[in-house]
Amino acid sequence: MIEISHLTKKFDQFFAVDDLSLSIREGEVLGFLGPNGAGKSTTMKVITGFLSPSSGRVTIDGHDISTAALEAKRLIGYLPEGAPSYGDMTTLEFLRFIAQVRGFRGVEIEQKVDQVINEVALQTVRDQSIETLSKGFKRRVGLAQAIMHDPKVLILDEPTDGLDPNQKHHVRALIKSLATDKIIIISTHILEEVTAVCSRAVIIADGKIVADGTPSELESQSRFHQAIRVTLTDSHDLVADLATLPGVASVEVEEDNKLAYTIFAKGGASIFSQVSEIAQQNHWPISEFHVERGQLEDVFRSVTQLSEGQTDE
Amino acid sequence: MSNLGIIFKRELYSYFATPLAYVFIIIFLISNGIFTFDLGGFFLRGQADLLPFFGFHPWLYLFMVPAIAMTLWADERKTGTIELLLTLPIRLVDVVLGKFLAAWALTGIALTLTFPIWVTVNYLGDPDNGVIVAAYLGSWFMAGGFLAIGSCMSACTKNSVIAFILTVAICFLFVIMGSPILLNAFPSWMPQWLVDAFSAMGFLTHFDSIAKGVLDIRDFLFFSVFIGGWLLASAIVIEMKKAN
Repeated sequence: MIEISHLTKKFDQFFAVDDLSLSIREGEVLGFLGPNGAGKSTTMKVITGFLSPSSGRVTIDGHDISTAALEAKRLIGYLPEGAPSYGDMTTLEFLRFIAQVRGFRGVEIEQKVDQVINEVALQTVRDQSIETLSKGFKRRVGLAQAIMHDPKVLILDEPTDGLDPNQKHHVRALIKSLATDKIIIISTHILEEVTAVCSRAVIIADGKIVADGTPSELESQSRFHQAIRVTLTDSHDLVADLATLPGVASVEVEEDNKLAYTIFAKGGASIFSQVSEIAQQNHWPISEFHVERGQLEDVFRSVTQLSEGQTDE
Repeated sequence: MSNLGIIFKRELYSYFATPLAYVFIIIFLISNGIFTFDLGGFFLRGQADLLPFFGFHPWLYLFMVPAIAMTLWADERKTGTIELLLTLPIRLVDVVLGKFLAAWALTGIALTLTFPIWVTVNYLGDPDNGVIVAAYLGSWFMAGGFLAIGSCMSACTKNSVIAFILTVAICFLFVIMGSPILLNAFPSWMPQWLVDAFSAMGFLTHFDSIAKGVLDIRDFLFFSVFIGGWLLASAIVIEMKKAN
């Protein structure tokens, strides 16, 4: 269990993290979202004990990261942003070094190193020096050192940044397979990742939490929640047909495709059956018809821009 | 193996994994040869001692030691590995000390490899080997002093070239502190105790006596305390500056 209470981190006069409180339980995969500079990385650096908080407390399983740093750090596996590692070492040497620091001795070292090499598929680059590896492999080396000691808490700062779609898929599958009894915190600005792997999403802006919930809860806050997307093969006056329906809030036409409409629902109530009935009665020339779950991106933009005072990135 | 040992091993290994250690050792040996035999007039003096050899060490270290010290922390900060290192369950003191000891061991290895010169002087004459051993030790301790300054300067910046220049400048200051060049420059109204205190901080003050074979435990104590002080400063600077 991670308990963050009233955490504030100030750099000179700038509040990177501002009175943030959050508790995370075992089994949760927390997606940490926010625009660039919102304080995601800073929060992670404080949780891992790299930076000390200006005020507030972070405890990991009861160990305060400021006062019982070593005990807390033993429970954490951390992949810092950009997956830094020692370029002059080979993959094997680097992982052996980490295994020793993590307290493994003798044959255990080779066992643990072999295990993580298999887990993140590094067999082909075992004896290659890290500086010659591709970005994807470097990221996997970073991931390997983070999961080596089977940590209770896994903190990954942008684990899939710069990876190709296959590698992303692989990393996500790995995270899911680890998830059962751990706390995993992932920072990302790839929103599909949150829907794909996270059980909880926290959006922060200007160092404060602006949204917190399961990905589907957040999606339901979107104005696209329960909206219906219709694409026609021929022009037809949908708006007139729908005018009588009480559940419809508005109808929008897509700018680059005049035959594609989005029908928004009032208050997130389901309007699927009503709209499909009208469509049948009026013989709409439909080529596509589906219900939107809601868009995380839409929620992300509305909550983060609100707190930034309508400034765009 | 303790965490200190693990860090020490990794650091020392990384010197030898790159050409750095070899380049350092080779240049160190060549410069030592030139200084001792050409500039120091080793043969002309006709004396069976290593005074010309050790006499140049402060000036040789002035440029060579900052070159190994400059990357100690600057590179960790530049590549971001400092974040990895300091979030591992290791105490900062083990990291600072491990890194320093590895660099110190490298200078120790380089110094040990000058042994042919010791063999030569024993072949040619009958030197006082006790004095030579003491001088070797003193020289190594002085290298440690330079390194500790370098460790602190390297912690101050992400740029290893800046770290190098700062280290050379500060080391130079400590080398000349005890030398007559600087002491004579003091105006005569300066109280004697201040001049003495200044001179007591100088490397030459302590090293000259060691090199001449005056084995005074206070000289070794000076370098030990000096190293400890600068390493403590390194740890404080790292703690303060790791955020940026």
